[in-house]
Amino acid sequence: MSTHDLEDMGCGTSSSTKDRKSEKALKAALVIQNWYRGYSARLKARQRYALTIFQSIEYADEQGQLQLSNFFSFMLENYTQIHEKDPELVARLFGRTLQDSKDRQEYVSFVDVPDSYNGPRLQFPLTFTDIDLLVEAFKQQQILHAHYVLEVLFETKRVLKQMPNFTQVKTSPTKEITICDRGKHSMEILMILFVSFLVYPNDLHLNRGNHEDFMMNLRYGFTKEILHKYKLHGKKILQILEDVYTWLPIGTIIDNEILVIHGGISESTDLNLLHRIERHKMKSVLMPPISIDEDQDTDLKKTKTGANVVPREGKTNESPSEQLPKHEWEQVIDILWSDPRGKRGCYPNTSRGGGCYFGPDITSKILNKFQLKMLIRSHECKPEGYEICHDGKVVTVFSASNYYEEGSNRGAYIKLCCDMTPRFFQYQVTRATCLRPLYQRVNTMESSAIRILKERMLSRKTDLIRAFQLQDRSKSGKLSMGQWAFSMENTLGLNLPWRSLSPHLVTTDKNGNINYMSTFQDIHIQKPVKEAQSTLIETLYRYRSDLQIIFNVIDSDHSGLISMEEFRAMWKLFNSHYSIHIEDFQVDELAERMDLNKDGSIDFNEFLKAFYVVHKLEKLNKSDGQSP
Amino acid sequence: MADDKEREELVVAEYHRKIKEAFEVFDHEANNTVDVREIGTIIRSLGCCPSEGELHDLIAEVEEEEPTGYIRYEKFLPVMTEVLLERRYRPIPEDTLLRAFEVLDSSKRGFLTREELIKYMTEEGEPFSQEEMEEMLSAAVDPESNSIHYKDYIAMMVVDES
Repeated sequence: MSTHDLEDMGCGTSSSTKDRKSEKALKAALVIQNWYRGYSARLKARQRYALTIFQSIEYADEQGQLQLSNFFSFMLENYTQIHEKDPELVARLFGRTLQDSKDRQEYVSFVDVPDSYNGPRLQFPLTFTDIDLLVEAFKQQQILHAHYVLEVLFETKRVLKQMPNFTQVKTSPTKEITICDRGKHSMEILMILFVSFLVYPNDLHLNRGNHEDFMMNLRYGFTKEILHKYKLHGKKILQILEDVYTWLPIGTIIDNEILVIHGGISESTDLNLLHRIERHKMKSVLMPPISIDEDQDTDLKKTKTGANVVPREGKTNESPSEQLPKHEWEQVIDILWSDPRGKRGCYPNTSRGGGCYFGPDITSKILNKFQLKMLIRSHECKPEGYEICHDGKVVTVFSASNYYEEGSNRGAYIKLCCDMTPRFFQYQVTRATCLRPLYQRVNTMESSAIRILKERMLSRKTDLIRAFQLQDRSKSGKLSMGQWAFSMENTLGLNLPWRSLSPHLVTTDKNGNINYMSTFQDIHIQKPVKEAQSTLIETLYRYRSDLQIIFNVIDSDHSGLISMEEFRAMWKLFNSHYSIHIEDFQVDELAERMDLNKDGSIDFNEFLKAFYVVHKLEKLNKSDGQSP
Repeated sequence: MADDKEREELVVAEYHRKIKEAFEVFDHEANNTVDVREIGTIIRSLGCCPSEGELHDLIAEVEEEEPTGYIRYEKFLPVMTEVLLERRYRPIPEDTLLRAFEVLDSSKRGFLTREELIKYMTEEGEPFSQEEMEEMLSAAVDPESNSIHYKDYIAMMVVDES
């Protein structure tokens, strides 16, 4: 209906005043509707921008993960040199093999459940009563005793070990999910999933995702959660859990037609190969296979094929091939990390740093090759909880609503029936979230996204300023929008709508030029030690996540402490690999100041906590949805 | 003359980049297309305020000969650039918006009841869908009086946007 010709909209009465009045009302309604739709659209656009920020940074972080894996490879390659200088460090870094000689019976029986324990008590063999018990208990914020956690984990491992790499099922509802990471209740969710799996092993099917990986857990907080909740037995729980992860099947195949995996595929995906590999040898995405000749004591090289050996200090009775051959490892990485895209072909997944981007032609090729009809996967957060692409052949389902922030997205799950047409069910947790007006939810998301983006800028401050100044020939402190956007994108490596985001990040003068230093005026890193140079602080801040992982790996007894020597040795390696231009003595000095009680050890949680970013104007700008 | 042309070229270049940015955010498959249902959001996010009818016409201009449900960037860019250059579909100024509410509030009470707003928005002009109506009500209605104090509402929305 065309709405311009107002004469057509007469309401059919004879009175001219009435006509005029309703014409006025009509015009007024149009004005309000027009304004509202514009406003509403801009809100939705802001929501999308915030989501894009979260995703870009998440993927950039994941890319950082794989850079970290290169660091470990680098260390392994320089193994002999390191070994000579610091055998202790090497033992702690690479001697991570599990003590699976410890008999299950023996261990679990050592862990007593005291009478005073008020939490849920599971009965083995598990039944649906135990599931209900757990769910109710967790609703009451109770914690499951380590004894039961261990029993569940041991039992889960036992059952998983008997399963093939791909579970074959006949039509029945299947859920594809990343098990857990982030959030404070990952442990509880894990327990419910595993217990449910043990009760219904033929009806609940678990696939491994990219976060079912002990290294990823170190980085993203699951390790911390476990150690915090289980101070006495946390280490053991982590050990068994690492093991359980590796026994999770790679995927599920429904009715021989639908492949359910976590990430995606690549042009070289070979399901026949994947059916055969020893999947439990895939320890972590961050520990790629390295081949090292046993009796070589000079520079070590990676080979492309063949079995690999990692020498372990003092462990002579170990089997030589503890890891997958490189080409098999790569196949699994593709399954766990790839993302579908519209562009044809197969390209390295540069956002994530692992796996690839696969186009609709790849999907067709691989599905046809293995006589499959559809691929169902997860791995990417979608605003509506699910998305269909590649001409209906690829479905992404994402079940965690509000993944990045309250209101960021809905979750969804799929129901498949015999006719193979999937039905989607969407939801968003907490009624409170749903009841909040849209502008409040968008404000919350937006503030959160801008905050982390600013922190990202801060961590690259020196590089950014250098890039800006390169373009600012007249040293005016100003750049055009185009110049500023270009520098931001190039330096940060984030593909974001910089022009639209600029009002949140910088101030502009009346000519539309950007005052590029204005971002750094209201945000700074609180220096842990006054005298420390700001470039040092900035560098440490920028690499804090990687440092955290390395610290956690070195700290194999999970005490939270590492010795000064270990810190120094690790820093030197880190420095040389990442080509960081910080003098060793500066870091030494810093570390010494951090060793507050002068006992030769550094509490690295304190060390990292010290890099707390202060947002000066935060209180003023605080937008929690209330009108300012 | 040469300067003017250069300036216009610069302006067009900036518009192109702005349009590209806005488009890319909704281009989920990174293949230079967006779902036609998101075109309205994109256009409005660029600061324009077409009516639903005007939007309908714009979509007709950028759609394929045989509509596929997707809009390609190559078709969208020139049309959108013209819109920006001609400064078409300018947003509603705040006082016009206020006057519109005052027209509907014939007894000059300073507010509209829930029912009144619903009636006008869903029966007049380019009617709201149920979803649009609910969304507007959730932010506009003062829960205690169950009415819309439009002056406050407008003030709040305007600040939120700035």
